[in-house]
Amino acid sequence: MHVEFTETQEALRHLVRDFAEGEIAPHAAAWDRDHHFPTEVVRAMGDLGLFGIPFPEQYGGGGGDLTTLCIAIEELARVDHSMAITLEAGVGLGANPIYRFGSEAQKQQWLPDLCAGATLGGFGLTEPEAGSDAGGTRTTAALDGERAEWVLNGEKAFITNSGTDLTAFVTVTARTGPGEISSIIVPSGTPGFEVQPAYRKMGWHASDTHGLSFVDARVPEGNLLGVRGRGFAQFLQILDEGRIAIAALAVGCIQACLDHCLQYAQDRHAFGQPIGANQGVAFPVADLAVMAETARLVTYQAAWLHDTGRPVKQAAAIAKLHTTESAVTATRIATQIFGGSGFIDETPVARFYRDAKILEIGEGTSEIQRLVISRELGLPVR
Amino acid sequence: MHVVVCVKQIPDPAEPGKLEGDLTLDRSGKLILDESDSYGVEMALQLVDKAGGGEVTLVSMAPNNENSGLRTALAMGAAKAILISDPLLSGAGALDTAKVLAAAIKSAEPDLVLTATESSDGYTGTVPEQIAALLGLPSITFAKEVHIDGQSVNVRRQTEDGYDEVTCSLPAVVSVTAGVVEPRYPSFKGIMAAKSKPVEEQTVVGLGLDPARVGVAGAGQEIVAVEDAPVREAGEIIVDDGEAFTNIVSFLDGLKLI
Repeated sequence: MHVEFTETQEALRHLVRDFAEGEIAPHAAAWDRDHHFPTEVVRAMGDLGLFGIPFPEQYGGGGGDLTTLCIAIEELARVDHSMAITLEAGVGLGANPIYRFGSEAQKQQWLPDLCAGATLGGFGLTEPEAGSDAGGTRTTAALDGERAEWVLNGEKAFITNSGTDLTAFVTVTARTGPGEISSIIVPSGTPGFEVQPAYRKMGWHASDTHGLSFVDARVPEGNLLGVRGRGFAQFLQILDEGRIAIAALAVGCIQACLDHCLQYAQDRHAFGQPIGANQGVAFPVADLAVMAETARLVTYQAAWLHDTGRPVKQAAAIAKLHTTESAVTATRIATQIFGGSGFIDETPVARFYRDAKILEIGEGTSEIQRLVISRELGLPVR
Repeated sequence: MHVVVCVKQIPDPAEPGKLEGDLTLDRSGKLILDESDSYGVEMALQLVDKAGGGEVTLVSMAPNNENSGLRTALAMGAAKAILISDPLLSGAGALDTAKVLAAAIKSAEPDLVLTATESSDGYTGTVPEQIAALLGLPSITFAKEVHIDGQSVNVRRQTEDGYDEVTCSLPAVVSVTAGVVEPRYPSFKGIMAAKSKPVEEQTVVGLGLDPARVGVAGAGQEIVAVEDAPVREAGEIIVDDGEAFTNIVSFLDGLKLI
């Protein structure tokens, strides 16, 4: 077996790295401090074509694949998790459900702007009382046959990209009947659809995350996405791709920890020598290199399985679990190597330390990944 | 409007460079677009846009048919490229390079030729003027701004104390300084499109040149030694005791500066 990226993928990596270092790195600390979502930079990411990478050209996409998207996410994450998750969620949760389950008219309506990064979409699944336990979904959508409209009532929680200046809609899962969950596209600005103030998060400060509320919010009947009653099943279908993309984000995080620590271990002197001359520092840096290498291998192996149409559920769960737990460990190691400076928010590693934790939670917690893996192994675990 | 841009593909400056046995730079690895050439590419694209039509052709000389640097410039928007790759050119000096590039440029019949002022690896800074001389074209160097006006080109060229405004007829060879325009980032679509843009591969003989007169065989120069740049020596500190100006005057006088 031979892992090698194509020339196109290498060129994209080069491009995104240049862009991330030139346009994002100089500002990432300030955006983090100010909880600022940099709309213009996200638009510029759109101009690079990043939001359209895996979609066909007929909808304004780039005709690439998940592997290529993962490279872009990894390179952004090396510099700033918030911009990486903005891309990941924009593609995986905003555009992908429309592409996978939308009617031709819905694709024509939404995808070109989403692919161009001119608009963003969100996906509202999680609720205050329901996350991975979708059976607990309380948001309802009742069909008003007379006016051919869905009437939505309920609340959603932790919805990425739901309140930016670019947000065009949120796809919401809601009960449309007994035991029936469907996905419905709710455009921004729909009366009765309120975006709550942004959360005070531990990390990902420049990423846009809100709670949403729906009080008699009415949308056309035609805004049903995919098949009625298949809302949650549809979501499960796109989860694997999302998990691989989150793994790519974790790879970028670990690589950043390695890069920063390798430099610091050579530059920082104590007791008359670089601190990297001490095994107590050198060996953890070696561990970071091991984590970066193994994380990259499981991630791109899973992406390759996906892109070649092979079963990927277990590989995606393994990649997500392994890389995100490694990322949290890597940021802890990096902060320790930086010592007191690692606890100061101006150093990137302090920011990475706060940013990494959510990787073990979002798009299925580590526990859910273990559940998926054990079931794939044939264990009768509930 | 047809603009040719000379671009060089160089070893990544971020990687430590190596020398071959003959003291030339090891170019066997992956090469990238010389950043100083990205300004010429951007300016060419903008000039073609302003002209309302036309295209940008790249001309490059590199070993082993290397074209990854060319793909970067094609992804930015250049239409096509001519790549001269020939084992005969190993060890080619600046004048050999100019002969080869000039022959390729002639075959492309452009309205304007843009180059950087110098490459980031060789730094001879002589190729643009040599190309102009070989083609019998006017040459304007160190351009900060370039405007096309019908059949002539108007250039503001950087000087030590300001700029000169120079106008000459087209076609012409203009070297542009770094930083004159902000090179665009390519897009993913640009990268995908670049894969199918034509790169015409040429050889010394194919361009009608005499192999005995280019490359090592024809080189009028030889690298005999490469040494580290001398470490900068500490300057002389003059403490002002009220008469320091006399020391400074005699110091400048010693350098024949006053």
